[in-house]
Amino acid sequence: MQTSSLGTLRFSMRSNAMQRVLAFSALIVMIIIFSLASPNFFTFSNIVSILTATAVNGVLALGVTFVIISGGIDLSIGTVMTFSAVIVGVLVTNNQLPIGVGLIGGLAAGGLCGFINGLLIAKLKIPPFIATLGMLNIAKGLALILSGLKPIYFTDTPAFSLIAMGSVLGAIISGFTIPNAVLIMFGAALIASVLLNQTVLGRYTFALGSNEEATRLSGVNVDSWKIRVYTLCGVFSGLAGVLMASRLNSAQPALGQGYELDAIAAAVIGGTSLSGGEGSIMGTIIGAFVISTLTNGLRILSVPQEWQTVITGAIVIAAVYLDIVRRKRQR
Amino acid sequence: MSDSSDQLVLMEGINKSFPGVQALIDGFFELRSGEVHALCGENGAGKSTLMKILAGVYQKDSGKIFYNGREVDIPNPRAAQLLGISMIHQELNLMNHLSVAHNIFIGREPRRAFGLLLDEQLINQQTSELFAQLHIKLDPRTRVADLSVAQQQMVEIAKALSFDSRVLIMDEPTAALTNAEIEDLFRIIGQLRERGVGIVYISHRMDEIKRISDRVTVMRDSRYIATLPTASSSIDQIINLMVGRTIYESTPEVPEEYGEVALEVRNLSRAPVLHDINFTLRRGEILGLAGLMGAGRTEVARAIFGADPRDSGEIFVHGRKVTINSPYDAVRAGIGYLSEDRKRYGLALGMDVEANTVMASLKDFLRFRTLVDRIRARFVTDQQVSNLGIKTPSLQQAVRHLSGGNQQKVIIGKWLTADSDILIFDEPTRGIDVGAKNEIYHLLNSLAAQGKAILMISSELPEILRMSHRVIVMCEGRITGEMPISEASQERIMQYATQREAVVS
Repeated sequence: MQTSSLGTLRFSMRSNAMQRVLAFSALIVMIIIFSLASPNFFTFSNIVSILTATAVNGVLALGVTFVIISGGIDLSIGTVMTFSAVIVGVLVTNNQLPIGVGLIGGLAAGGLCGFINGLLIAKLKIPPFIATLGMLNIAKGLALILSGLKPIYFTDTPAFSLIAMGSVLGAIISGFTIPNAVLIMFGAALIASVLLNQTVLGRYTFALGSNEEATRLSGVNVDSWKIRVYTLCGVFSGLAGVLMASRLNSAQPALGQGYELDAIAAAVIGGTSLSGGEGSIMGTIIGAFVISTLTNGLRILSVPQEWQTVITGAIVIAAVYLDIVRRKRQR
Repeated sequence: MSDSSDQLVLMEGINKSFPGVQALIDGFFELRSGEVHALCGENGAGKSTLMKILAGVYQKDSGKIFYNGREVDIPNPRAAQLLGISMIHQELNLMNHLSVAHNIFIGREPRRAFGLLLDEQLINQQTSELFAQLHIKLDPRTRVADLSVAQQQMVEIAKALSFDSRVLIMDEPTAALTNAEIEDLFRIIGQLRERGVGIVYISHRMDEIKRISDRVTVMRDSRYIATLPTASSSIDQIINLMVGRTIYESTPEVPEEYGEVALEVRNLSRAPVLHDINFTLRRGEILGLAGLMGAGRTEVARAIFGADPRDSGEIFVHGRKVTINSPYDAVRAGIGYLSEDRKRYGLALGMDVEANTVMASLKDFLRFRTLVDRIRARFVTDQQVSNLGIKTPSLQQAVRHLSGGNQQKVIIGKWLTADSDILIFDEPTRGIDVGAKNEIYHLLNSLAAQGKAILMISSELPEILRMSHRVIVMCEGRITGEMPISEASQERIMQYATQREAVVS
């Protein structure tokens, strides 16, 4: 037994990590190709701009990774992000409350949207796709209503833009001016990783996606854990909203829709299975970098915006197809 | 009776294995036209596997199949149908939302208007003709969902015949039928036999086999044992061939006295499947719950466990009344449920042995009330693996890759880790090979000896007779009989299991 099954074990371990390895190799290959194609690609300032561009999408993708592993989907993350940004703007600029209150308000707004998603899905048994599609529109509408259809600027509070665009690192090591947004993303990823791999929440996230009924029959209160998973995803969307607002130094109510797809794509490219039960934070972060590196590199090579979109779409399809092939072989 | 020149099907040297199980070893089967050929053997003997190979559902690993004297290859169910081989599966394969006629002609619907539209009229007319031949009284336009199980089975038979089938395989066709419905089925089988169709009849029910079949083939432990003419063989003879000697070697050692009452169920009802269920279960006792398919055994288990809602009923654990509205409550009360369908209800297949083992008791494995204590989880899982003899290359092996018996042990380990005192085993050995079965039986006995209270649901009477200390029997949602094992026999249990009088009131 010991020896005969070692083969299967090694194989299953390999195939689980396979997608992550593939995504990472794709990232490296892309970096090499773009570096060879243009001298402007592999420069400190361009690398920083890729990192910065990844931050918002990366944080969004972290939250949705939990939801997807649990066997669900959240289409509302993009507009919930916007809604949260607008809440920060309403609190900080319109009501002149301290920035700290704005931050907490933004995270709470995202969490609340996620909580409502969870309630709809777990208690009312509305399919995740529909429930979060509804929330997408609700959050989008509320963001427009609260902002009065206009961007809210943070011109009175210059410190606000430092949250994302200041550089704590640059202050410590001169010249190493990597914006805080990047640090925040990596910090959030670290927290997400601990949550996913070491806590009950993470364990049940995998269990829900792997076999929800078996989990319920093990005496786990699946409704309550589902609600927590969606709430967590909402909080990450709120954080993304704060970063977004800080980076643009304004809350843009019309922005946000479409971001959910990039975030879901990042998770999927990183090996999170849309059928649930599989995925990793590391994979999602790699996936987010694949997307932003691709976008950045294509821009540097002067590929028109519309073609960039086409290529990103093709990459997502290829990633999902690879996942399917891998899964089939695993059976 | 026909002679061998009417040979329709010959299967020789058929081997088939699934991961972890050798399902068929040198399988053999011969079918003549115009005969009803019973195929019997215990669950897991390989009957269904052999027939699924003939019907193209599974692929043989090796061996030969001859059809009308010609060697054939049957790569898929479609190929089998084209040859004239149809199988009616235990779980019926009909589309509930479509009409009877559409189900029968699915994939080959007559068209009109240059093939653009379905010819409803012709579909219904052809179906009516088919029904008329079989003397089935059904409206072709009825939705399948509105039919009884028996009527659905008739539809399956009609569908099989619409392919001009020469071979019809029926897998336990009477399991869910009432006596009157069984008579209808037998009448149709008689008609088919006269038309020269060869019928394979898989069943556990000796009286039916005796009554309807011309020959019997017996299988045991994945092997062919013998083929006998039914008329000149006795039921005892067939049963002896089926069970070999192994089953009756051991009868349960009933403890002299049991512990306190661990579980008491009072007036449990859930319309329309359960009516006024009452029983008690003591520590150290294995209570067998017998009954035919659809008698409501699994429903009892799920209602006690809080997996399904119930209309009324009280549950007492160790003498104290408990409120169980969800599996969460049941687990807290110390009840564990091992479902009949492990893969659907018991395991997170993609997760590893360790994660599955601690799934029901994760709250006991926390540091700072949030982080999972992997070291302790690993330690406890390791203990369960060695105590239960779970064969796995590592604790990080996905349970998907384990054999059925080992998967079952992982679930047992899960409930032991959760400190469950009351264990409900629903078909504990379904889909498990013979060797592993014995191990599970030993485990059940030692769990009872340790003071666990065990409710064991089983469709296999030999299993009930071998394991239970006491037996309760259900029929159509009611408990119709109860007896100590010393007074139990297959006949007596079957009598209670078919006692339908109580229902009339």
